[in-house]
Amino acid sequence: MSAPDAVGNEIAIQAQELNVYYGSFRAIKDVSLAIKRHQITAIIGPSGCGKSTLLRALNRMNELVPTARASGQVVFLGQNIYDRDIDPVELRRRIGMVFQKPNPFPKSIFENVAWGARINGFRGDMDALVEQSLRRAALWDEVKDKLHQSGLSLSGGQQQRLCIARAIAVRPEIILMDEPASALDPIATLRIEELMQHLKENYTIVIVTHNMQQAARASDWTAVMMMDEDRAGQMIEFGETQQLFMTPRDRRTEDYITGRIG
Amino acid sequence: MPNHAIEITSGPRLLDATQGVARTSLGRRRRPAEGLIQGFLFVCGAISILTTVGIVFVLGKESLLFFASPEVDLARFFTGTTWQPAIGQFGILPLINATLMTSMMAMVVAIPLGLCVAVYLSEYASLRARGILKPILEVLAGVPTVVYGYFALSAMTPLLRSILGPNTVDIYNTASAGIVMGILILPLVSSMSEDALSAVPRSLREAAYGLGATKLETALKVVLPAALSGIAAALIVAISRAVGETMIVAIAAGAGPNLTLNPFKAAETMTGHIVRISGGDLSYDSIDYNSIFAIGLMLFLITLGLNVLSRQIVRRFREVYD
Amino acid sequence: MRLVNRQPQGFADSGDYAPKLAERQRSARRWQGIFLVATMVGIVFLVALLYTIINQAFGYVAQENTVDPATLVSAGVPLEELPKEQLIQILRDHVSAGVMRRFESEQPFELRSREDVYSLVVERVVAPRIVATWNLDASLLRRAAIQHNVAIEYPDARLVFRAWLMPDFLMRSQSSTPADAGVRTALLGSLWMLAVIILVAFPVGVGAAIYLEEYAGKSLVNSIIQTNISNLAGVPSIIYGMLGLAVFVRALEPLTSGALFGLVDPATANGRTILSAGLTLALLVLPLLIINAQEAIRAVPASLRQASYGLGATKWQTVWYHVLPSALPGILTGTILAMSRAVGETAPLVVVGASTFVALDPQGPFSKFTTLPIQIYQWTSRPQDQFRHIAAAAIIVLLALLLALNASAIWLRNRYSRRLD
Ligand SMILES: Nc1ncnc2c1ncn2[C@@H]1O[C@H](COP(=O)(O)OP(=O)(O)O)[C@@H](O)[C@H]1O
Ligand SMILES: [Mg+2]
Repeated sequence: MSAPDAVGNEIAIQAQELNVYYGSFRAIKDVSLAIKRHQITAIIGPSGCGKSTLLRALNRMNELVPTARASGQVVFLGQNIYDRDIDPVELRRRIGMVFQKPNPFPKSIFENVAWGARINGFRGDMDALVEQSLRRAALWDEVKDKLHQSGLSLSGGQQQRLCIARAIAVRPEIILMDEPASALDPIATLRIEELMQHLKENYTIVIVTHNMQQAARASDWTAVMMMDEDRAGQMIEFGETQQLFMTPRDRRTEDYITGRIG
Repeated sequence: MPNHAIEITSGPRLLDATQGVARTSLGRRRRPAEGLIQGFLFVCGAISILTTVGIVFVLGKESLLFFASPEVDLARFFTGTTWQPAIGQFGILPLINATLMTSMMAMVVAIPLGLCVAVYLSEYASLRARGILKPILEVLAGVPTVVYGYFALSAMTPLLRSILGPNTVDIYNTASAGIVMGILILPLVSSMSEDALSAVPRSLREAAYGLGATKLETALKVVLPAALSGIAAALIVAISRAVGETMIVAIAAGAGPNLTLNPFKAAETMTGHIVRISGGDLSYDSIDYNSIFAIGLMLFLITLGLNVLSRQIVRRFREVYD
Repeated sequence: MRLVNRQPQGFADSGDYAPKLAERQRSARRWQGIFLVATMVGIVFLVALLYTIINQAFGYVAQENTVDPATLVSAGVPLEELPKEQLIQILRDHVSAGVMRRFESEQPFELRSREDVYSLVVERVVAPRIVATWNLDASLLRRAAIQHNVAIEYPDARLVFRAWLMPDFLMRSQSSTPADAGVRTALLGSLWMLAVIILVAFPVGVGAAIYLEEYAGKSLVNSIIQTNISNLAGVPSIIYGMLGLAVFVRALEPLTSGALFGLVDPATANGRTILSAGLTLALLVLPLLIINAQEAIRAVPASLRQASYGLGATKWQTVWYHVLPSALPGILTGTILAMSRAVGETAPLVVVGASTFVALDPQGPFSKFTTLPIQIYQWTSRPQDQFRHIAAAAIIVLLALLLALNASAIWLRNRYSRRLD
């Protein structure tokens, strides 16, 4: 653990010269990015510029795409996650993920939260774990009386918070969120944004969004991605959110955040 | 902060999900069960390969024994006009001829009917009509072939005999078997053709209507030609199915190889012969035993060739409208 | 602009068109009629098929008694009112001592009821024989003519209406007399065989589907497996019969006959058993089952898998806890459909060596066997009319079994799809 004054400077995970290919198509090119611990980092950029690809490269989720391939390094806990002896299963427990569309399992609310912990060999008090996870995801009060109803019976916003609770229950260090609010109404979106502020006390959060407002309001750091002429995504700017939105260094960033690019 | 503030601090101290399980490193852990399961699953998949190998091996081996025996002459096998194992005559032509007769008869029934059904279902039928007709066709496809055989013998043959006269039509004949077989493969032809027709993009139909074509002209002159490769593939699969069909011919086409072009006479197909010979008391390693494997090999090669051809057609022409 | 007013050279004006709309519309209507009629032909055939079967399964029969009951009784008491002892005496007088001993050993006469003995007398002594049969349509429409006909041709015969398909028909074993034959052994044979097929084909088929959908990459081996499966689906069923004959019946005889387990004497071991038949048909339905299961697995949304992996689940945990439960209704439906294909198969079983006459119930996988379709085939190929009637009755039993299977598939699908929502 670091001293409190070091919070915000300690690196949780770092991509170095990262390239991801789908077949022969290079989706992201030479991305280097350091994610600060217990901070919220937003990745923004026009559609198709490789935001999701970059995010999914951080916990090797891209490996589920048969044609996908990565080169470069992603350093987590002092190791390159692409090393041969890294276990992607354990990696994904440590780096959880919340997806664009809420995707609860077709099981009860309780089971949704408990399942991940159970397969990871959790032998503690499951009821307590489920309660805490749901509390942390700010869902407990809404579901505490119907834990055995199907997760699919919840509203879209509740489902997404259930997915967050589910991710928390396996005690990850980092939570990756890929446009977690894009399928939700404004009220539900607000709740997710507030929730993120609380979660960052315990977790490092990386969020992909195409909503500038969301990035500006909810994140501490922002990375801007843009496609080059080969349609390969590159990171063109990275900095503290306030500063980046007030005084962007790159012309393209300025054009983008002021709405002049897609 | 809005009033639905989030209560993180309440509740007991957060538990560690890995409590009791010492896990610190990211290193690969051994999961022998995962490997074992994957191995088992692979074996399951490989069983299908084993099946094919088994078929080829069994048919090949017994056929070799058959062709190696002194009574059999490879040239005579393909050109001989009598198949009578009892007197050492092994000419496969009568069997092939009967197979062709029944299959052609079946196609004569199934092609026009099947195509009409397909056009009707894909271009004309309302949703409700489809909802009724499709299940009926599925039922027709699901009736066991032995039942069709029964139908051929006890309904179709008497019908033919009452129309054409009992002297013209034998009790066992290839026409009756062929016609009923046509009904059996009708659902196959119509459903595969309908898939091909439905795959034709809407824009093509709209283009035709936009030029002032009637529904019929659109269906027959635009949609049908566009779906031709898919329909050809369907017809080839149907032929292959007809060639391999067994019970209808075994029951209704007659016993005993007979080289005739008269569809109202009895004749035995390749499949019918295999069934009749193996239904009797067959002693292993006799020439009879080996001979049915030689016929089986022919049957296998013909149907496999047709199926591969059909898939090749689909693959070759598929991209055109994508 | 002058160009606007000028017709381009050679461009037709509307007088050059002759759309002949009325004629084209007529032709369109005519063809629509043709398409509709063609579609109806399928329905007509289905109706004709069912009609033929039902028509033959019911109808009048003319019965003649082998021994006139009047000659059996002396004191003017009708046969059906005779006491048990006299009935036993009649039996003793008319059947051989050996048969009497068999009756005695089946159930001692002291323990038999009077009705039981009476039915033995009717069956064994009076022994009504069917001398002529009529189909249902004739029985309903030409009743008078039939009665007239019977009176002339079979003066001793009685005309009775017979349902060839009756509860008894399900319970009786094989017999060389059509009127006494039943489908009991065939039905049991079909069920035993189904059990073998399910036990073998279900795990293997689902395993293969999981492998191909979830594990197999794009390697050459895997695309060969996939192509091979679709080729196998097109192989005529009789070829599978030949494979079964050579491999299960012959090569693996010690295993499939049960000799390996000491169940039968190796010297008389015969591989033509339910096990061989079940294994053969398991191979036959495997491609169908795999393709159906693959479709069901493919329909499971990718988001479910990602959610699972995102929590640190292994591949098998993902498959076992999420993919399979979601795909299960589809897999089960596909399996049942594959089973109904197997239930109706005939040709491969003839080749594998179904027995044509089995009077004893199958005892297990190592029994000789016959199945419903085999029985139908046998009876259909008999020359006597009466076999045609019991074949029709057996077909109704088979179709009912298939209907039950398919109905359960639909029920399963509806039940589970409701539960998942
Ligand atoms: N599974 C895939 N296979 C092939 N190409 C893909 C795949 N996923 C994404 N891509 C391509 O990679 C590029 C980046 O996609 P993505 O990371 O989803 O962008 P974003 O999330 O920024 O909209 C796009 O051009 C997209 O077409
Ligand atoms: Mg995206």
